[in-house]
Amino acid sequence: MEDQIVRITSRLVAPFIQVYGIYVILHGHLSPGGGFSGGAIFGASLVLVALSFNLEVGAKQISHDTASVLESGGALGFVITGLVGVAVGANFLANRSAGFPLGEVGELFSAGAIFIITAFLGVKVASTIVTLFYNIIEGEEKSGNAH
Amino acid sequence: MTEVLTEALNVLLLLFLVVCAIAVAQIRDMLSAVIVFASFGLIMAIVWQQLSSPDVAMVEAALGTGVTTLLLIAAISKTRRTE
Repeated sequence: MEDQIVRITSRLVAPFIQVYGIYVILHGHLSPGGGFSGGAIFGASLVLVALSFNLEVGAKQISHDTASVLESGGALGFVITGLVGVAVGANFLANRSAGFPLGEVGELFSAGAIFIITAFLGVKVASTIVTLFYNIIEGEEKSGNAH
Repeated sequence: MTEVLTEALNVLLLLFLVVCAIAVAQIRDMLSAVIVFASFGLIMAIVWQQLSSPDVAMVEAALGTGVTTLLLIAAISKTRRTE
């Protein structure tokens, strides 16, 4: 797809989509949305750039291997945040009883473990969507039966 | 007055949804079907908002309209365009 209008539009729009995605992820405990919604928005912008330009430009943003590592790392961070509660002596995914600072209600850095978990979830969902896209595009070429 | 207008808007949106759903199944050109499906997702996002679940609307707009369309276009570019 070599279309100049699509290229220029997606290049102009992509940064705004990404900032909005990060905003939705970081305000997950305050407003509608959260890790899944924000991660989906952020991942969609990365896929948009990769599709409207070509795979090399997309891989310069985030490569297939980096996306796979981030995907596993997001899930790992989620579990480790939950296990902090077990290590301290409270339940799995414990928030206040595990000693996370709760902060003031309504402020950005508040709600303790929920803020951290939402951030990890956003990274996980965004990189999952990118990995899905790369698997569809590259899947056949890697197995060697592309025509 | 406002309730009547909102009701009219909801009926209009749902009618558009039905028309889009039938059109997706009927259209033979794959690329056109994908684009009609994207507009189905966009209207569905507004309907979710009307049902007062803004987070579902956000996911529908990002996944149902954005990522699904992009993945289907990627699939079309790998295969034939007409059925």
